[in-house]
Amino acid sequence: MVHTLVAHVEDRPGVLNRVSSLFRRRAFNITSLTVGPTDRAGVSRMTIVVDTDEHGAERLTANLYKLVSVLRVENITGVPTVSRDLAMIKVAAPAETRTELIHLVNVFRARIVDVAPESLLIEMTATEEKIDSLVEVLRPYGVLEMARTGRVSMARGTRPLGHADASMPGDELGLQAAAAAAAGDDGVSYSV
Amino acid sequence: MKKTGAEIIWECLVREGVTTVFGYPGGAILPAYDAMWQYPVHHVLVRHEQGATHMADGYARASGKVGVAMATSGPGATNMVTGIATAMLDSSPIVCITGQVGSKLIGSDAFQEVDITGVTLPITKHNYLVTRAEDVARSMREAFHIARTGRPGPVLVDVTKDAQQASCEFDWDAAAPQLPGYRPPLRSRAAEYELAIELLNGAKRPLVLAGHGILMSGAMAQVKDLAERACIPVAMTLLGIGAFPASHPLNLGMMGMHGEAWVNHAIQEADLLVALGMRFDDRVTGNLKTYAPLARKIHVEVDRAEINKNVKVDAALVGDLCDVLDELLPEVRAQEHPEWLARIDELKGDADVRDIQNLPDDGHLYAAHVINDLWRETRGDAVVVTDVGQHQMWEAQYYKHEKPRSLITSGGLGTMGFALPAAIGAKMARPDAEVWAVAGDGGFQMTMAELATVAQENVDVNVAIINNGYLGMVRQWQEFFYGGRYAATPLLNPDFVQIARAYGLRGIRVDSRAQVIPAVREARNHGGAAVVDFRVEKEDSVYPMIPAGASLHQMIRRPSPIVETAQDA
Repeated sequence: MVHTLVAHVEDRPGVLNRVSSLFRRRAFNITSLTVGPTDRAGVSRMTIVVDTDEHGAERLTANLYKLVSVLRVENITGVPTVSRDLAMIKVAAPAETRTELIHLVNVFRARIVDVAPESLLIEMTATEEKIDSLVEVLRPYGVLEMARTGRVSMARGTRPLGHADASMPGDELGLQAAAAAAAGDDGVSYSV
Repeated sequence: MKKTGAEIIWECLVREGVTTVFGYPGGAILPAYDAMWQYPVHHVLVRHEQGATHMADGYARASGKVGVAMATSGPGATNMVTGIATAMLDSSPIVCITGQVGSKLIGSDAFQEVDITGVTLPITKHNYLVTRAEDVARSMREAFHIARTGRPGPVLVDVTKDAQQASCEFDWDAAAPQLPGYRPPLRSRAAEYELAIELLNGAKRPLVLAGHGILMSGAMAQVKDLAERACIPVAMTLLGIGAFPASHPLNLGMMGMHGEAWVNHAIQEADLLVALGMRFDDRVTGNLKTYAPLARKIHVEVDRAEINKNVKVDAALVGDLCDVLDELLPEVRAQEHPEWLARIDELKGDADVRDIQNLPDDGHLYAAHVINDLWRETRGDAVVVTDVGQHQMWEAQYYKHEKPRSLITSGGLGTMGFALPAAIGAKMARPDAEVWAVAGDGGFQMTMAELATVAQENVDVNVAIINNGYLGMVRQWQEFFYGGRYAATPLLNPDFVQIARAYGLRGIRVDSRAQVIPAVREARNHGGAAVVDFRVEKEDSVYPMIPAGASLHQMIRRPSPIVETAQDA
C-alpha cells in the first residue's frame, strides 16, 4: 500500500541526496518526493510517498531518523490529512474544441493560465485522483505536455508537525524543540 | 588565535585525544601533512590507504577509542572505501580525513578529484565536505561525536586544499557540535520493560544471544549478572566473542552458520531469546521462516532501525545496553533451569570435548591444531585479529576468548585483507598486549604490503598464515554446492618465509604438527614481528555448516570426525 511520510530536514547541501540515497540503498521505490521550505529558516519539509507495507514504512522511518540531517519524520498515512498535487497541462485547442475545453476546465475547477492560438495551458491544484481524472478527460483532445509536482500533505487539526510545545532557550530555529518533539510521546528516539 | 585549516585539523585531533594517525600523504592533503610536525601525534605511514582504514578500525576495536586514518583526494580516498565499509558494517568508530581538490575546482574533473562524500554516502554514518577553514573545527568535532556515540561508525571529513591553506580564528569552544537531528537514544516505553521482565521471569528455556553491542557498550558485567541471576545460557555471535568468558559454565559458544551444533539446536528449542546488542544477521539466523519457532524474543539494541528488521520481536528495548540492563536487572528474579541445562548437555553429547591436543598425530597438520596450540601457548591472553574465511571460523571455534576486545575480525562485510593491518592498529592501541594476526594465504596476500609498515614502525605483531593453497572457504562451497569444481580457488603462493625475510622480519615455516609449538614459541620470544607459514591440510572444511538460507537445525556435520571428540580417536 501507499504510505505518506513527512520529513523535516536541515536545509543543507546534499540532504536531498542523503534521503533519496537511503531509499535506493534500502530498495524502496519512491512514488513521489516533494521538498520545499517551511515557515522556519534552515528547515525544509519533504513529503515522501512510497509504496510499501506497514513493516516497510516502520523500517523506513527508523532509517530516516538515522540520517543526521533529518530532524523529524511522521507517517501520516492513517491520519486525516489534506493532500494536494499541482499540475500544468498543455492541451491542443483548435477553434472547434476550444469552447468544450473551457467548459471542462470550469467543471473541474481548474484554471486556464495561458492561451495560445492552437493550445491552452491548464493549471489544477487538487488531489492526485482529481487531477488524474481531468487528465483522462483531456487526453482525447491531445495532451501536448504535462508537469506535476507530486503530492504535498499536511495533517488536519491544530498540532503542527515539527513544532514542540515550548521553544527551548537559545534555539532560534526551533530545531532542538523539533528534535525533542521527534522523540515522540513514548520518549523513544531513533537517531543513533 | 589564527590558525590555518590544516593546523585546525591537528588541533582538533589532539583535543579529541588522538595520539596515532594512520595515513598516506598526497597532493591535496599536503598542507595537513606540512602542519603535522607541530603536534604530538604519531603518524604511521602505511603502504595502501585500505591498510590505513583497517589499522584505524583495529585500533578502535582494540581500545574502544576512535581510530583515525588520513589520505589524499581521488585514489587515496577511493582506496579507503573498503575499510570504511568494513567499519560501517561492524559499527567501528573511525574518522577518515581526506584531502580534496581546491573548492574552485570541485566539479571540474580536476586531477585526483573524486566525489568521495558522494561515494561514501551509503557506507558512512555521516560525512562532511569542508570548503572553508572556518568550518574545519566544527566538522571535526561533530565527526568524532557522531563516530563514537550511539551506534558507533565511520565518519569521513573531506577537506579541500584551500580550506586547509586558508587561515581563520580557531575557537574550540565555539565549534561545539550542533546536531539537532542527531540525538542519543532515550529510553524505551515502560510497557516494553514490563513485558521484558515478565518474559525473563517466566521463561523455562531462555537463551541469551550475545553480540558486539555488549563490547561497545561495555556491558560485560551486566550481561554476566543477568546470565547468572536468571541462569540463562549464553550463545555468542562471532563479533560478540569475548563479551562473556569462554570458560564460564553458561557460555555455550558460537551460534550460526559455523556455530556449535548444540547452540543452533538450543536456539530452535528455546522459549525465550534475549538478544543483546546483536542484529539477527543472516549468518546467525539461517532461514528466517524456521528460526527459533518456539521462542518469544526480547531485543536490546541501540539502533532502532535494527528492531524487527529481520526477526520480529516481542519486547524491543532501544537504548544503551548498560542503561537498559541496569534498569532491568533489579526486577529479574533469581532462577534455575535444571531441565533446560540438562537438555543442552544432552544436545552437546560428547561433541564439546574438543581437546584435540590429546588426539594422536596422524601426520596431517590441521588448522584446528594450529589454533588450539596457539591458544594454549598464549594462554588465551592474546588479542587475535583474523582475516576472513575458514581460518576465521576455526579461530572462533578453537581459540577460547576470556576477555573483551580480544578477538577482532571483519564480521559484517567479511573483508579479506583485514587481519594484518587491523592487527597493526590493535598493537598500536595496546602496546602491552600480545597481538596475533591469523590469516589465510589468500587474504594475507591482499594486504601483505603492510609488512613494510610492520618493519618501518617496528610493530611487534605476529602473523600466523593458515596456508592451505586454496581460497579455502570458497573451495569448501565449491565442494559442497558446486560439484567440487574448483574454479579459480587454487593458489600458487610465494614462499612466505622469504617474503618475511625480505622485509627484515622473522619467517618460520611449519609443515608438521610437532613443529607448531616450537614455531609459536620462537615467534613469541625472538623479540620482534614474525610470520609463521603453517602448511595445513589442503582440503579440510569447516564443520558444522548451515548452508546459506537453510534452517538452523539443518547442519552439515563432519563426515569422518578428525578433531571433534576425544572419543573419536
